[in-house]
Amino acid sequence: MVPPIVEARGLTKRFGKVEALAGLDLVADSGQVVALLGPNGAGKTTFVRTIATLVRPDAGSLRVDGIDVVDHPERVRRVIGLAGQYAAVEEAMTGRENLAMVARLFGHDRSTARANAHAVLAQLGLTDAADRLVRTYSGGMRRRLDLGASLVGAPRLLLLDEPTTGLDPRSRIDLWDAIRGLVAHGTDVLLTTQYLDEADQLASQVVIIDHGRVIAEGTPSELKARAGRDVIEVHALRADDLAGLAGALAPLGSEAPWLDPATRRVTVPVVGGRQAINDAVRALDVLGVEVGDIALRRPTLDEVFLTLTGAPIDSPSADDIHEPPAPAVPAGTA
Amino acid sequence: MTVTTLDHPTGAGAPTIAPAPAVAPAPAPPGPLATAWSVTVRTLRKFRRTPQLVLIGAIQGAMFLLIFRYVFGGAISPGPVPYVDFLVPGFVMTSVLFAGTGTAAGVAEDVEHGFFDRLRSLPVSRGALLAGRTLADTLVLAWGLAITTAIGFAIGFRIHGAVSMALAAFGLCVVYGFATTWLFVWIGQVAGNAQAAQGMSLLVFPLTFVSSAYVPVDSMPGWMQPIAEHQPITVMTNAVRSLALGDPSLAGLSGTTAHWVVLSLLWSAGLVLVFAPLAIARYRRS
Repeated sequence: MVPPIVEARGLTKRFGKVEALAGLDLVADSGQVVALLGPNGAGKTTFVRTIATLVRPDAGSLRVDGIDVVDHPERVRRVIGLAGQYAAVEEAMTGRENLAMVARLFGHDRSTARANAHAVLAQLGLTDAADRLVRTYSGGMRRRLDLGASLVGAPRLLLLDEPTTGLDPRSRIDLWDAIRGLVAHGTDVLLTTQYLDEADQLASQVVIIDHGRVIAEGTPSELKARAGRDVIEVHALRADDLAGLAGALAPLGSEAPWLDPATRRVTVPVVGGRQAINDAVRALDVLGVEVGDIALRRPTLDEVFLTLTGAPIDSPSADDIHEPPAPAVPAGTA
Repeated sequence: MTVTTLDHPTGAGAPTIAPAPAVAPAPAPPGPLATAWSVTVRTLRKFRRTPQLVLIGAIQGAMFLLIFRYVFGGAISPGPVPYVDFLVPGFVMTSVLFAGTGTAAGVAEDVEHGFFDRLRSLPVSRGALLAGRTLADTLVLAWGLAITTAIGFAIGFRIHGAVSMALAAFGLCVVYGFATTWLFVWIGQVAGNAQAAQGMSLLVFPLTFVSSAYVPVDSMPGWMQPIAEHQPITVMTNAVRSLALGDPSLAGLSGTTAHWVVLSLLWSAGLVLVFAPLAIARYRRS
């Protein structure tokens, strides 16, 4: 019987007054991408750093591929590859030199290290830039090289801490493709993200973390089903119409409508499905406001998160180049 | 165990990433020597390929040396030898500490940018990683000392004893460099960012001025003399100066050259014994 690639039981870690991990339980089976989803400060990074043996837990147990991280950290380090929030590569070396160095530190001899570096560079589409100093690389290239550095040792479990934070959309999609390529070849991946679409795109198991605990887990579709109800989404033509639309839709919803001024959308969870959308169309007729678009759909992970935690996922910091779709906010707090 | 397929096909556009080739895991992790060497090579490459690091250190050293020699030098009379002969051994010795600022900043940068985390997540001895870093910084330091010494000769410094003794003086500075690098590696880790690391390193500088490095201790106020007399930088300077001048009495010192050399080596050993464990413990800490 293959042990789970990650098995955490009651994992606790405190930094001063902050309880970063508060009895986290998680079992991740081999053969999939697991996404840890949660706002800033939820404990995602602490959990990844604990798996990487960079943080020692205060209590609870954590096994990686069946190996206890506290008892045998050096054996755990042979199983994992870590790519962090920063591109931890040496700017004054070429891409090839960076990868060869890390391959040597994984224990490869000189020629194997060189061969691995070559293969990984090709895999990540960096062959053309391989012999340039990293200080000439773009942000996306650095991030891919960083991913490559965690790969040259052929780890069984790849830990990616917010791998695409701060990347432009194009680089983000490239990196997603790279991650999918790895999974197809049998590397297990555990990634953290604040981006719901990222979890949705990449992961077969999504674990939602808040305040150092797992609050929900499942496949993306299971989680969406768990949030239950379908939603009706109305796209307004004018921002001024939003409040009126929300008022008209409110009686149909099982919860208060959410307004998203940035995208001029009103969203409301409904119970009745097809009947509900008929009612909605009628309500809009009565209101007499012209709308761009009206649809009945499954909830997004954004909405799932909102339902489960009562709070939207933090918006990304202002310096992020890539802005994911702004989360909906409940009417009244907007 | 369930393997769930992805809900979505691949993202927009054609995949630009080739299928993963077979990269096999390594048979065994590397030993401590191989580990240390990989890290040493990295730091040396970084130094060699960052002209700012190579040039600014040398220019700063030259600037201060010229200021001491030509601006302050006229007002300082150290006794039996010209000021330039008194100054250069002390100056070369203390440039070890100036170079340490760079070490602390470099280490802090590695902490800040996650480079240390990457290294610490690899299946290698963490002590060996740090030893490699210290070795590399000592080599970089030796290069800086050689430049400073060459400038010293260019502005009129001459040794008074045997060449072998002068070489020993230089070697002694490199030993001090190795010892103090542990201190600065520790400072760099504690500081956590390059600016804080530089700030903390500056705290070492009063020690370099309240010493025999640039002026004779007996020219200082009476209450300051005992402090200046007994602190390690004075001891280290006295050893280097005794060797360079060939005779401690030319440096205005009592005691034999051997006395100063042994005492300075004991101080160096003390520094390593205190700060190597601190730096390594800090590095291993999880």
